[in-house]
Amino acid sequence: MDIRFSAEEIAFRDELRAWLGEVLPTLGDPPDRDDWTARREWDMGWQRKLYDAGYAGINWPSEFGGRGSTPTEHLIFLEETTRMGAPYVGMNFVAQLHAGPTLILEATPEQQVRHLPAMLKGEEVWCQGFSEPNAGSDLASLSTRAIRDGDHYVVTGQKIWTSFGHVADYCELLVRTDQEAPKHRGITWLICPMDLPGIEVRPITTVAGSSEFCEVFFDEVRIPVENRVGDENDGWRVAMVTFSFERGTAFISELLGTMNQLAEMAELARSVPRNGSTAWDDDEIRREIGRLQAEYDALWALTKRVVSQAQRTGMPGPGGSVFKLYYAEVKKRMADLAHRMLERRSLVLAEGSGDEQTGGDMVASRLYVLSLSIAAGTSEIQRNIIGERILGLPKER
Amino acid sequence: MDFELSDDQVALCDGIWDLCQGRFDIDTVRGLAECGGVDRQLWGELADTGVFSLVVPEEDGGVGLGWAEAGLVFEQLGRALVPGPLVGTLLAAEVVDDSVVGLIERTDGPALVEYPDVLDALLVLDGDGVWRVDAAELSVEMAQSVDPLTPVGRVAKLPQGEQVSEGTYGWANRAVFLSSALQVGLAMGARELAVAYAQERQQFGKPIGQFQAVKHKCADMYSREEVARASLYYAGCVMDATMGPGLPAEPGDYLYFHGCTIERGDALGDHEHRELVRAVSGARILAAEAADHNGKDCVQVHGGMGFTWEINAHLYLKRAWALTPCFGSLDRHAERIAEMVGANPLG
Repeated sequence: MDIRFSAEEIAFRDELRAWLGEVLPTLGDPPDRDDWTARREWDMGWQRKLYDAGYAGINWPSEFGGRGSTPTEHLIFLEETTRMGAPYVGMNFVAQLHAGPTLILEATPEQQVRHLPAMLKGEEVWCQGFSEPNAGSDLASLSTRAIRDGDHYVVTGQKIWTSFGHVADYCELLVRTDQEAPKHRGITWLICPMDLPGIEVRPITTVAGSSEFCEVFFDEVRIPVENRVGDENDGWRVAMVTFSFERGTAFISELLGTMNQLAEMAELARSVPRNGSTAWDDDEIRREIGRLQAEYDALWALTKRVVSQAQRTGMPGPGGSVFKLYYAEVKKRMADLAHRMLERRSLVLAEGSGDEQTGGDMVASRLYVLSLSIAAGTSEIQRNIIGERILGLPKER
Repeated sequence: MDFELSDDQVALCDGIWDLCQGRFDIDTVRGLAECGGVDRQLWGELADTGVFSLVVPEEDGGVGLGWAEAGLVFEQLGRALVPGPLVGTLLAAEVVDDSVVGLIERTDGPALVEYPDVLDALLVLDGDGVWRVDAAELSVEMAQSVDPLTPVGRVAKLPQGEQVSEGTYGWANRAVFLSSALQVGLAMGARELAVAYAQERQQFGKPIGQFQAVKHKCADMYSREEVARASLYYAGCVMDATMGPGLPAEPGDYLYFHGCTIERGDALGDHEHRELVRAVSGARILAAEAADHNGKDCVQVHGGMGFTWEINAHLYLKRAWALTPCFGSLDRHAERIAEMVGANPLG
């Protein structure tokens, strides 16, 4: 049990810091949230800079063009980029963290050559077509149908919660290829180009008003059979491979960003008036800030345990479900605390990327955090996973 | 970085757990309530195993391990509900030769002393140092303890005692750390008991653990335990990185409990010092709350039986409560951390 970084890890960190110190001041201002063309340019431009500097595909094996770094170096990369305010992975999320790693393990050499270099260079945006209106937590009951017609699958159905669907070039798509088989055994994983005829994308307006999420409608879309990853009807297993990449490192940037927000909140507390003094002088508020910091520090330690397990076994440990479950609740408490401090000022949502002076971004955060216990497996599903797979309690069905 | 237990550390945990299961089974533990919480024979076996000399250097006859390992051992002791002044006896190893030693913070008024009937000595910490009070000097009036396995007695005024250390550097943080380790173990033991019951207890024709209302409660127990454990292990690593084994007599962190500023620093550098305070206080909050909530949830999962003396659920909860009020309230620890929010110890 050693929390300290090795000499090699520190060398990696210092080199990365030096590069970030050079490149970040040249980036200019991030684009407006609603300007999707500019956002695509920004995210892809950052990916290209990472590629040119040798930091693209940090956790991908070197034979596929990645850097082949250890999980600890991946953690250092995420820690340093977040700490220094580098752009977030953004719309490269699915390509870098889901689809890319899945293709590395499951795709044909032709598929790999076709997509992996483009993903690394920031030339392809990918989205995820897994969830459906009637297949959320019960994902395996998905019903988007694919009927084989010669060299093509003809796909009809609807996907939902497809992040960046309206700007994506490709979709990792789960379809039902066997209507008769048990639900887990009739699913196939396809690479779907998003410019095929018959695809319609509609942005979803969320409670927070943002719209990176989309619904995607498929009306007799013809997808070449050569775009299949894995065997026909073996897509559930391939999807589980995809999910395994979601655990472990997926929340590192988010957690570190949250710690920065808590520091801003502590600053705000010292200036916000309360009971004739400032919020900081309210013991309950100050203590809650301390408790939140203790819990974030603990989650950061848990993350390091999960990463260390991944380093030893090649797979993230079960801490991923624990992290997600716990983090969602702590972050909701932090957003509630912001409201308590801001009092009537909490009526105002910030415009654009947020106004620290009014604490408006903290107000918007109170809406955003509602999604944390829903997206990527609801808290109820995480509790089932912990209860059944870790604690060995009997399954419901 | 490899923040996972080494093979030696896993073997250490397994060894202590085996010892606990062999010598401190639950009937034996319950029986210790009849003899003040400590049986000299069993206590001697813990000492012979090295439980109290874990961080004493090998050349001084100790085991020569670090605080991270001490945390692992105390976690297993907590899991097994082993009673007695474990924290005080370990910390006392470098300054006195007594076998059963309590530890307390000096207060002006009356004090509540734990395990008063079985102590050889009581170490008292104050701003001037550490003082040894012979147990024979204590005039104790027994009180009814919240925890049957943590007997307590009232002492009208703590005697001054004989000074055994001029500094108090590290004492309070180490006591808080070891006590937190016991609580992580309690959270684990309570979770294990609840899960075992949820697997066997049948209602409506099914094991109750099949119902999400119960399953999800168990999952929350596990989550709290794992988050608290990560926090504890982190604190152990920070202690080893900043203090190392042994008890250097430097001024500093103990005084902080009395409101002095952390900028006072210590011989090891201000940055490490702040990190240690933040890590230990964090582990204290997480461990105390995990043990408290898991104790309560363990009672709840057992239903009516959980409210009986016969079922062990209450023993985890009561021990959790007995361990929390030592060297600062949870609110005080939260305030210590709040002062450091924004000062990032991670980079």
